[in-house]
Amino acid sequence: MAVIVQATGLTKQVMSGDSPLVILHDVSFEVEAGESLAIIGASGSGKSTLLGLLAGLDMPSGGSVRLNDTDLFSLDEDGRARLRGELAGFVFQSFQLLPALNALENVMLPLELAGTKDARQRAVDSLQQVGLSARAHHLPKHLSGGEQQRVALARAFVTRPRILFADEPTGNLDAATGAQVIELMLELNRAQGTTLILVTHDEALARRCSKQLRLAAGKVQAGSH
Amino acid sequence: MNLLRLSLNLLRRDWRAGEWRVLLLALVLAVGSLATVGLFADRVRQALQQQAQSLIGADLRITSTRPFSPAYRKAAEARGLQVVQSRTFPSMVAHGEQVSLSEIQAVEKGYPLRGEIEIDDGSVHVAQAIPARGTVWADERLLRRLDVQAGDEVGIGARRFAVAAIVVKDIDQSIGFSSFAPRVLMNDADLASTGLLQQGSRLSYRLMIAGDAVQVKMLRAELEPGLSGNEKMEDVRDARPEIRTALERAEHFLGLAALTAAILAGAAMALAARRFVLRHLDGCAVMRCLGAQQGQVLWLFLYQFILLGVVAVLLGGLLGYATQSVLVESIAAMRNASLPQPGVLPLLKAAASGFALLLGFAFLPLLQLRRVSPLRVLRREMGSPEVSGWLIYGLAVAVLALLFLWHAGSLKLGLAVLGGLLAGLLVFGWLAWLLLHGLARNSFYFQSQWRHAFNNLARHGRSAAVQVVALSLGGMALLVLTLVRADLLEAWQGKLPPDTPNRFVVNIQSDQVQPVRDFFARQSLPSPELQPMVRGRLVAINDRAVSGDSYPDPRARGLVEREFNLSYMEQMPSWNELVSGKWWEKNGAGELSVEEGIAKTLGIHMGDTLTYDVAGSSFTAKVTSLRKVQWDSMRVNFFVIATPELLQDFPASYLSSFYLPTDRVRAGDELSRAFPNILLIDTGAVIAQVRGIMDQIAQTVSAVFLFTLLTGLAVLYAALLATQDERSHEAAILRTLGADSRYLRRLHLTEFAVLGGLSGLFAAAGAVLLGWVLARFVLEIPYQANLSVWLIGVLGGIAVVMLAGWLATRKLLLRPPLRILAAD
Repeated sequence: MAVIVQATGLTKQVMSGDSPLVILHDVSFEVEAGESLAIIGASGSGKSTLLGLLAGLDMPSGGSVRLNDTDLFSLDEDGRARLRGELAGFVFQSFQLLPALNALENVMLPLELAGTKDARQRAVDSLQQVGLSARAHHLPKHLSGGEQQRVALARAFVTRPRILFADEPTGNLDAATGAQVIELMLELNRAQGTTLILVTHDEALARRCSKQLRLAAGKVQAGSH
Repeated sequence: MNLLRLSLNLLRRDWRAGEWRVLLLALVLAVGSLATVGLFADRVRQALQQQAQSLIGADLRITSTRPFSPAYRKAAEARGLQVVQSRTFPSMVAHGEQVSLSEIQAVEKGYPLRGEIEIDDGSVHVAQAIPARGTVWADERLLRRLDVQAGDEVGIGARRFAVAAIVVKDIDQSIGFSSFAPRVLMNDADLASTGLLQQGSRLSYRLMIAGDAVQVKMLRAELEPGLSGNEKMEDVRDARPEIRTALERAEHFLGLAALTAAILAGAAMALAARRFVLRHLDGCAVMRCLGAQQGQVLWLFLYQFILLGVVAVLLGGLLGYATQSVLVESIAAMRNASLPQPGVLPLLKAAASGFALLLGFAFLPLLQLRRVSPLRVLRREMGSPEVSGWLIYGLAVAVLALLFLWHAGSLKLGLAVLGGLLAGLLVFGWLAWLLLHGLARNSFYFQSQWRHAFNNLARHGRSAAVQVVALSLGGMALLVLTLVRADLLEAWQGKLPPDTPNRFVVNIQSDQVQPVRDFFARQSLPSPELQPMVRGRLVAINDRAVSGDSYPDPRARGLVEREFNLSYMEQMPSWNELVSGKWWEKNGAGELSVEEGIAKTLGIHMGDTLTYDVAGSSFTAKVTSLRKVQWDSMRVNFFVIATPELLQDFPASYLSSFYLPTDRVRAGDELSRAFPNILLIDTGAVIAQVRGIMDQIAQTVSAVFLFTLLTGLAVLYAALLATQDERSHEAAILRTLGADSRYLRRLHLTEFAVLGGLSGLFAAAGAVLLGWVLARFVLEIPYQANLSVWLIGVLGGIAVVMLAGWLATRKLLLRPPLRILAAD
């Protein structure tokens, strides 16, 4: 299988007062297409920073990331956005739905940004896949947390992304709802053959991924792959 | 296309959030205010233009003391313009034993080309032709002076004429007061038979031209350079300078008043745009994360702003149109004057100003959204991307500066007001920041909720200072509207008090000075201030000979080629103002004081020596002062005043202005009869017109300030809205920590009281300053600030902001904290 995500020597350092603070130190790994990788670690271990760098949301202090054989940081801000639009889907802990748009419009958003013609129909289908076609015209504030995350899943998968980045997708949900959302996500993942990069605290969930990357104080712990 | 639909969709959903309403409201009010003033002024200007056209009886008039070259008539006719000529001269008109000096005007068929003459020949109607041969039309003053009735005969030169009609409404009078004598209209074909066309007759020729405006303008450009020294060209621009001055002042004042609304709108828009940006940071980060490029994010919001601009400009234009219509209807004098419909230009100007405001105050904050980092989806604590403050404020200032220069109509005035305003805002902002921090530093002297309130305000020092400045602007508009406006208008209207002179009396000879004074005493009228007048021609400046050819400017050329009216006196007239130099001491010798406008036209400076030729002998003297003259004061004014010893030995005539109450008109007629050579000029009509304009303007100002007031309230709303999210979040946390509603209410009210008090204080300072600027530079009147402005400013500021704040935040206290925190 082809390598779709390749991180090499990723380092992120910020200034804290006058002294430098290392958040990530020399992180390297590869993920092949169709694999799933769980990034686990305690709070402050650098999980979200790593996810941000892998998705090109932030710039590293050193190292590189190749997504589908493209050097992410050789692109400018708009180039990275374009690549994300083509390759990636996102699911966040806080759902990040646009409060002004209803469920259907939220799902249509990435398609509309990409200029896709049949955005509406594809969004309707995607909502149907997550079992929310009846709630298509509800605003996020009128949906429960679980429903909001399912809309977020529909939005993430509607573009048929090759990589799905998920940041603590069950962090804001109760256990039962969280479990349902995870099942749905993994199912869609399997169905579309998507590569999954998942940040989680949940060891059980991490074990369901084909690979685990354990971070502690910004460093990869030995034997975590 | 998808982006446009998405953009409109977002706009539709966002409507309820409040910022759009503020943006729209502010912009509608700004455009509405500018459109009202623009449309109203346009209508008044057009009406004046029509009046002025009828005043000179044509679109263009050439006057001369010699017959015209036939080339003029040919040139006009070649352009398809209508032309008629008239000849005017002073002559005695006799009836029995009575004689009166009159202005006789002999007119050709087709006269007048513009305007209408109303006559009474048994019934009052608009004259359809010129007087029939053998008849004249005379104005009522002449009939009164000669005790003549319609149908009687009067003698003019060697001929007798029947008075066929009384002129009720006259036109085509000379500009200036040389021919304010009673008028008689006759048929030009009768002129030769009067025997008055002799060598040395003081004939004045008028060539009147009318037709297509562009052709008239081109004709003027064609003929003007070739005019000789005794030919003068007048069009409506030259007519009635005193009314034009009043209108121009009023326009400047109204323009600036309308701009106050625009500035306030800008402040409200800036506050609303800031909140808009803060509320959309997350959404933009998500979109960036989902692949939106910077340009896409920008256009998403640009579409919304463009739509907002278009809607606001349309609504504002409609509002402006409606308001000026109501204004015109509500002012009796204007309702009856059947004002022409306004042109479309003022609307376009207001619309362009609206878009400029949108660009200056809302566009740059939008650029921030374009640069939102997608990482914000993972780290919400990331701040908003910074756009250079210099850029944001610089653009806003540049837009305001351009608007001011455009609307104030004068570079000096625009820059003065804008500079003062910006300096004021910066100083107020800085003072507010200092005071808020000072309060916070000393907050340990106060109770817990005061301490908490002071600390809150200091923590948001910059945004609190911005709020204070914005609220001060609103408050300032309110104070200017209520207190300062009344003072200003009173003082302005006071420039033309009821006893403003309404008669000029000229051509009093030296030996008549005492008899005229005695006449006034007999009539129980106040003794007139008689000013000597000597006619002289300017022949050299600094010993360098000057002639008409020295000046390319036709006005300057005309001034040099004609004789000046010079005067001499010990004291400067009280209605003149010294702008440079010094008025001479008693018994000063060899000094001249020149009016600043004519000094500029003729290139005369302080310290120059001027040589005048008076009746064949000349004198030279130094310019030791420049004066500003109030031409609309209805008093006798001179371009050049000399020290008495320079002119007192030359033959002089005297002139004066005085107030003649309406019930004493007969006294004027008796004066004319007692001294037939004296010209008595009635300026009452002009005063009434200027006063009428002042009254109309006063009412318009009220309407325009109403816009300012509403925009001020929009600022208040926007300022409260700007901090509502934060206040709501903070209240929820405090409530979870055990603060009860009473504590929170008192906390909020304390904050609002401090903000209101500071805003009120600065508003009062701004209002006093603005009042002074308006009085000094626009209305040119002295201004005494009313002390109550300060008291009402501070107390009113506290009360209004506390009340509005309480209304805006009371719902926050009723919402369960968890719901607020969850929504955050």
